[in-house]
Amino acid sequence: MVYLDHASSVPVDPRVLAFAGQYLKEEYGNPSSLYALGLSTKQAVEEARVQVAALVHAETPSTIVFTGSATESNNLAVRGTALRNRKKGKSILVSAIEHVSVLNPAKDLQKQGFDLGFVPVDRYGVVDLGFLEEHLAPETTVVSVHYANDEIGTVEPVREAAAIVHEKGAYLHVNATAAAGRIPIDVQKDGIDLLTLSGNDLGGPRGAAALYVGPGVKVQTVMPGGGQEKGLRSGTENVFAIAGMGEAARIAALEMEDEMAREKAVRDSLIKEVLTIEESYLTGHPDFRLPNHASFRLSRIEGESILLNLDTFFGIQVATGSACTSRTLEPSHVLLAIGLAHEEAHGSVVMSLGRSNTLDDVPLVGRAMKETVTRLRSISPL
Amino acid sequence: MEDRPQIGYSKKVMDHFMNPRNVGDIENADGIGTVGNPVCGDLMQVSIRVENDIITEIKFKTFGCGSAIATASMVTEMAKGKHIDEALKITRQDVADELEGLPPVKMHCSNLAADALHEAIKDYRAKKEGRKEAIEEPAR
Ligand code: FES
Repeated sequence: MVYLDHASSVPVDPRVLAFAGQYLKEEYGNPSSLYALGLSTKQAVEEARVQVAALVHAETPSTIVFTGSATESNNLAVRGTALRNRKKGKSILVSAIEHVSVLNPAKDLQKQGFDLGFVPVDRYGVVDLGFLEEHLAPETTVVSVHYANDEIGTVEPVREAAAIVHEKGAYLHVNATAAAGRIPIDVQKDGIDLLTLSGNDLGGPRGAAALYVGPGVKVQTVMPGGGQEKGLRSGTENVFAIAGMGEAARIAALEMEDEMAREKAVRDSLIKEVLTIEESYLTGHPDFRLPNHASFRLSRIEGESILLNLDTFFGIQVATGSACTSRTLEPSHVLLAIGLAHEEAHGSVVMSLGRSNTLDDVPLVGRAMKETVTRLRSISPL
Repeated sequence: MEDRPQIGYSKKVMDHFMNPRNVGDIENADGIGTVGNPVCGDLMQVSIRVENDIITEIKFKTFGCGSAIATASMVTEMAKGKHIDEALKITRQDVADELEGLPPVKMHCSNLAADALHEAIKDYRAKKEGRKEAIEEPAR
């Protein structure tokens, strides 16, 4: 089996599991309780906060708010910031290729009377900074541009975007779900006000994520309750997942440089191999892309059948942005935003690497891709 | 590995995806039906050879998802050897049933195979009518 879908889920690092397991077994106290059993779990949460803060170079651990998922962090960032700052204005901007967990809360705000603008991207998926500059109004409160796109791998000019956004006194939210642990992130140097992180994408358990809320950034909760996490995210802490996320962040900070150099080498040779196939094209930016990410489109065949073919005949797991895998049978909004026609967007294949992938995978994946493409093209009427 | 679930596809769908029957074109086919799906933009083509109104040969080509390939393969199996009147009666639902069901979102899309078959038969009939006219005309 060759697993190449780390953009959708990363297996939990065994070291993380070994570390966090104690918070499922022995250490089950509620962090809010005052006896020793609770205090030790409280401490675990605080340690995780330190590790996550360190990974993104946050000012203090207190800027890290734990949530249950990246979707929740994105909702809190977009909704919570827009609502809290609506006296300044009711205008928000998001890049056209954001994840649905950013797009949908933004569209929801639009229904509530907010002014929503989409920042276009070029054919590589890079946000149009000129457009951003032009369309930022004094009424704009939040701008959301992700660090890197999980479907085409493009890394955005976040620092440049931040400078433009701050000029107009707005906040920049950055979804770093795909980027964290893969490229260095420094919220202070980048000028990021709000940053979404996902535990699972770092190699931690599902069920923990975080939102960095920079000092002085005004956000209101979207889920009032018992007041945990500075009142921004109530609910009893998922100590196991949070401790795991902290440990995963610690390991990522330590090993990212070496591990990504390794994965990038595998990825580059994979890209070379796949591009020997006729009528195959790389999607996303050739240089400004995540080191573990390769995405392609292949003419005259369809993505779901490619995915199915690779899985059944070769045990290789990939993703696709094809319309046929979406519930609505609409092609991926990301592929349409970079200017692909419907039929071009159909043949999309996304390969995202992780620790398990080695150079040994490359000839196998290359051969599997070639056989798959040949077989499906022989069935295709085009 | 073999028994892992696949995108909610039945064993039959997977079987027809992995070993599609009757793939290809028929040279000088008696009827060709090509239909496209306006929603997801896929393409299905069925060509038939007909002798005495019996479908003696049938082939398909498709640009589409796994279940599109499977339904096309299945419909060719169902129509082969049938009288065209009988073949015309094969519905989208019949194909889905024969495949032991399809995921709901795939129903309207993949069942284009039945439509392509019907189009191929209509094409055959139209050509036959045309031929008849062509033959009958000088006699008139
Ligand atoms: S061909 Fe698009 S969903 Fe079946």
